[in-house]
Amino acid sequence: MKTKDFEPKIMTFLCNWCSYAGADLAGVSRLQYPTNTRVIRVPCSGRIDPLFILKCLQDGYDGVLISGCHPGDCHYISGNYVARRRFAILKTALEFMGIEPGRVQFSWVSAGEGEKFSQVISKVTEAVKVLGPMRKLVKAANSLVG
Amino acid sequence: MSSVLKLSRSAEEGLRELLKFLLEKKRVKAVFTLCKIKKNGTVSYSLITDADMLKDALPLFPLMPQNAGKLLSRLTLKEHLAEPIAAVVRPCELRAFIELVKREQGSLENFIFISTTCPGTYPLEMSVNGDISKKLPEYEEDVKKGNVISDTRPICKACEHFMPYSADMTVALIGEKDIDKNCEIFLNTEKAEKLIEGMDGELVERELETEEVKNLRSKRQEEKRKLFEEINVEGLGLSGLVETFGRCIGCHGCSRVCPICYCVLCDFDSRDYENEPSTYESELKKRGGVRVPPNTVLYHLGRLTHVSVSCVGCGMCTDVCPADIPLSTIFLKVGEEVQKIFNYIPGKDVEEAIPLNKFEKDEFTEVED
Repeated sequence: MKTKDFEPKIMTFLCNWCSYAGADLAGVSRLQYPTNTRVIRVPCSGRIDPLFILKCLQDGYDGVLISGCHPGDCHYISGNYVARRRFAILKTALEFMGIEPGRVQFSWVSAGEGEKFSQVISKVTEAVKVLGPMRKLVKAANSLVG
Repeated sequence: MSSVLKLSRSAEEGLRELLKFLLEKKRVKAVFTLCKIKKNGTVSYSLITDADMLKDALPLFPLMPQNAGKLLSRLTLKEHLAEPIAAVVRPCELRAFIELVKREQGSLENFIFISTTCPGTYPLEMSVNGDISKKLPEYEEDVKKGNVISDTRPICKACEHFMPYSADMTVALIGEKDIDKNCEIFLNTEKAEKLIEGMDGELVERELETEEVKNLRSKRQEEKRKLFEEINVEGLGLSGLVETFGRCIGCHGCSRVCPICYCVLCDFDSRDYENEPSTYESELKKRGGVRVPPNTVLYHLGRLTHVSVSCVGCGMCTDVCPADIPLSTIFLKVGEEVQKIFNYIPGKDVEEAIPLNKFEKDEFTEVED
């Protein structure tokens, strides 16, 4: 498949208090952004187990975006800081596994940043498009493992 | 320099005598150590209160039937010890226990830890036919010379953390020329010095970190390099991991014996990771064939992300794996990489928080956006 025809599927985890509201604002403001994302709302970015991300990649998503409150703005004080540490671990593990770290992205979007949300989605979609389909973990034809 | 209690007996007998002294003088209520359970040389961890039963104790037997850290956590999970217990454990077991204590899975209170400069242990499978007992003379020779000991577990050969970090007493073994005649017990804490008051034996001062110890450390580093090279751990990549973990029979033994895998209900033992019939159908449509049961590789990758930050490299996972997957090599490698970014040595210091329980406000900004 050529890159230009490829439409990636991207799983997006949004924190209830900031990024989800940011996505809402983007919608209410009628901002346009790629439709490649599927959204799961989570109470806090700190709720996300690295396992969720691996599971998404295994189940055929080409990329994963995690978005939470800006540093210092976490509804639960420090959930996003912990998420960032957990994320640093996952990045190291992904590198070891040979999965392009660009497939998994992390960003801060607040409730007032509808504009930023649409930009983040465009940027991530573009980045994953360049990387191409996630074949390694699941999609390899006739691969019997996974 | 530390003060050292010198007993003119072999290391094992000396240690046994120390334990006997502690019990008889009621300095401790019980002793936790490896004990003979069968004539063929099988051992298991035991709690002993009767000094006479110490004759079956084999505190230095080169086998790790289970990671003692996990056992000590089970002893103190509900309540801390009411009375002191002396526990003879290996450095990695002590580190594992400290990691568990940090996770509120046990308590250090009233424990007196006796550890050794650890020469390594033999694989579990060798414990069955008395093979280890046959190896003991050879083992002792190599310990004296400070060698990497052949036939011990690969992870032990490659272990750099063989000096206990927080034991109250340390029995010097590595590179000690006369462990068959002398037992030298390093007293690392005041508590330890008090406990042995009144015991026969000579008190001397010396360093634990000898030339032999330093040499062994570099030999082990070399072994570790070889171990990583053997399975080309850095170049495995996903396809290599999928191949390696593809052998897994799904017994989850590695997580049962892992001291860091402490969750009572593991996600992977639940039904959450069973595929719906419709998932099978859609997967089959896409790929023409799927592995049954599903999520075997995900289980290992998930465990890697969960455990790596605290992996002490005790090697139990490889030891119990019926499919002979080099788990501990992979976990050691990823563990090292992860621990490096937090500058963290698991189980070194109980005061140091687990990296996931603390944070700095401006760190790892490179992972954002």
